[in-house]
Amino acid sequence: MKLVVGEGSCGLAAGAGAVYDRLAALLNESNPTGAVLDITGCNGMCFLEPIVDLYDDEGTLHRYVKVTEKDADDIYAAVSANDLSSLDRLGITPDDAHFLEAQTRVALRDCGIINPENIDDYIARDGYKAIEKILKTGMTQDDVIEQIDISGLRGRGGAGFSTAFKWRAAKNSEGDEKYLICNADEGDPGAFMDRAVIEGDPHNLIEGMLIGAYAIGASTAIVYVRAEYPLAIVRLEKAIKDATARGYLGDNILGSDFSCVLRIKAGAGAFVCGEETALIESLEGKRGMPRLKPPFPAQSGYWFKPSNINNVETYANVPWIINNGGAAFAAMGTEQSKGTKVFALSGKIKRGGLVEIPMGTTLRDVIFDIGGGIRNDKEFKAVQLGGPSGGCVPKEKLDTVIDYAELGKTGAIMGSGGMVVMDESTCMVSMAKFFLDFTAKESCGKCVHCRLGTKRMLEVLDRIVKGQGEEGDIEKLEELCYAIKDGALCGLGQTAPNPVLTTIRYFRDEFEAHIKEQRCPAGECRDLITYSINKDKCVGCSACARQCPANAITGELKSPFEIDADLCVKCGNCITACRFGAVEVH
Amino acid sequence: MAEKTTVDLGLIAPVLEEYKDTPGSLIAILQKTQATYGYLPEEAIYHIAEVTGTAPATIYGVATFYAQFRLEPVGKHLIMLCQGTACHVNGAELISAAITDELGIDDGETTEDGLFSMEHVACLGCCSLSPVMMINGKTYSTLTPDKCRKVLREIAKEEGGADA
Repeated sequence: MKLVVGEGSCGLAAGAGAVYDRLAALLNESNPTGAVLDITGCNGMCFLEPIVDLYDDEGTLHRYVKVTEKDADDIYAAVSANDLSSLDRLGITPDDAHFLEAQTRVALRDCGIINPENIDDYIARDGYKAIEKILKTGMTQDDVIEQIDISGLRGRGGAGFSTAFKWRAAKNSEGDEKYLICNADEGDPGAFMDRAVIEGDPHNLIEGMLIGAYAIGASTAIVYVRAEYPLAIVRLEKAIKDATARGYLGDNILGSDFSCVLRIKAGAGAFVCGEETALIESLEGKRGMPRLKPPFPAQSGYWFKPSNINNVETYANVPWIINNGGAAFAAMGTEQSKGTKVFALSGKIKRGGLVEIPMGTTLRDVIFDIGGGIRNDKEFKAVQLGGPSGGCVPKEKLDTVIDYAELGKTGAIMGSGGMVVMDESTCMVSMAKFFLDFTAKESCGKCVHCRLGTKRMLEVLDRIVKGQGEEGDIEKLEELCYAIKDGALCGLGQTAPNPVLTTIRYFRDEFEAHIKEQRCPAGECRDLITYSINKDKCVGCSACARQCPANAITGELKSPFEIDADLCVKCGNCITACRFGAVEVH
Repeated sequence: MAEKTTVDLGLIAPVLEEYKDTPGSLIAILQKTQATYGYLPEEAIYHIAEVTGTAPATIYGVATFYAQFRLEPVGKHLIMLCQGTACHVNGAELISAAITDELGIDDGETTEDGLFSMEHVACLGCCSLSPVMMINGKTYSTLTPDKCRKVLREIAKEEGGADA
């Protein structure tokens, strides 16, 4: 039998480390059935972490979810007794299992299956077969790019530019030295697929980059990783070491005349470094300020040499495409958007995690079929796509299919794949302010419109959520939005107004309620709401009063309590504490 | 903040030796310097400038551009509160308010006893377990204001013995 604990960052945050340690300690003491313990990366079912996968002697998978340290004892007992029937209570439900079954995995194909720290696990699943195919069958640089072209692969990081076009441009650029760079500065709040790939399948990224390096003629590849992803860096470092030891990296790879080294550069925390020219500046040790394009990085990039930059998910598709042929990838998806895309589903969703589906799937299918709908059966309100560069898509547009152009029509973007679901209790004005706060802080300051425009917009939005909005604020916001779009040099500024424009477009009434009636319809904006206790529902248990940090709740036991609005700090503790739904927000 | 202290510049000598002649390694030098001192002391910035032949203003420019770098020492326990979208939707603001109420510090501040600092950070990538915070490399997930206070009190309690 084999026990596999999911140790991605999410799993570890949910307590997988303790489960693993407990199992290891018990098995170390006595292991009558000779069970093997191993780890794997994130399988994407974050809502069920920590997860323990048990492969029995027939190789059948038994998946146990939300495993606690105490449950680990039971798993150990069952494994030792060679009788798993007592573990049924921990087994995944068919509903939850549907989350994975409904997906088509290309980029994430090994995540949650292999041990990311073991190169043999990757090799056993056709790992490094693609680079071998290229080098041993004599595929030329053009042959490789041709396959990528046929696959229709477009950048998965945000802009959605044709990968083959970029590779061809870099290949055709004159230069003795070229660089292949991976953008792993996954900065979009709400997107974490790149982290999952690096943590769960680092060799897949390495192989994808090797193929890219071969195609453009680069002998140095660099991964620019966010400093916020320490585990990803550790696993990638190990993978590079192992791949080098096996001859997949370094001089004369697999006996060919192709040589390539790969190194990691840790970012230092700046969202704008996701923009390729800013990333290059940062790689050179400078402030991450975007450069004027053209020249494009393909002509003049890192140290002014021809460079190609793609993000993690883009490279993660490449080995599969070479192994299966570009046409197999292009067979999935829509006319203009081929293959699969990974989304990070989160927010007010029942089943949150990583979802990889063919392009052309509707938003409704992702959110309601795979994601299981809204938590606590509340009303769906909107889904935010593409992070600070994207927009909010409302209920009426749920049947939009996932396609670069179709999503663009809603005012949102495909982006890197963040998909944050919101319910009736999310205030859209506050949401717009949240993103503006983000871009205002992350604006590098180079372009006046972006630097000052986002700041002015934030001030207006701040007034609105405080109930101090004025007539004409919406128009002022719109004017600023268009000015920033026109006046900014890079993608950050050009797209920064999107979250505001889409919320105004679909939820104008909410803006108006804040401005004209000083009312927050979602009951979220703290300056516009009051807490009170419904006397009919309150049983007088004092649970709320005990949790109140401001001592604003008083009353006699067994009779209804009261909240003193002057003392109340609106922290929400009482709502969480009340088991009778008696605390109301107006 | 605290009075200006003298730092032992010898501690970063190996780092400077390793990187001083490699172009483009200023960020790496600063990262290792911060790993050494916990922040970027002013003296260290001048020292790096001298050794690498970079203008102190350039170094200051880089140090203030990136969120990772700090020019002031931080408390013993750094609370990194995630400000990602999912955390926002699931109530990160209430968690921040709870921390402020519990410890009397706001984003970027340190408690008087030097025990805790709070920093609002960009998405930690644990969106499905939001809201989350990270303290000393450990991630605390699906927080409520109450749960967050308990974590802080637990840490303070453990420290209490040592401090008393």
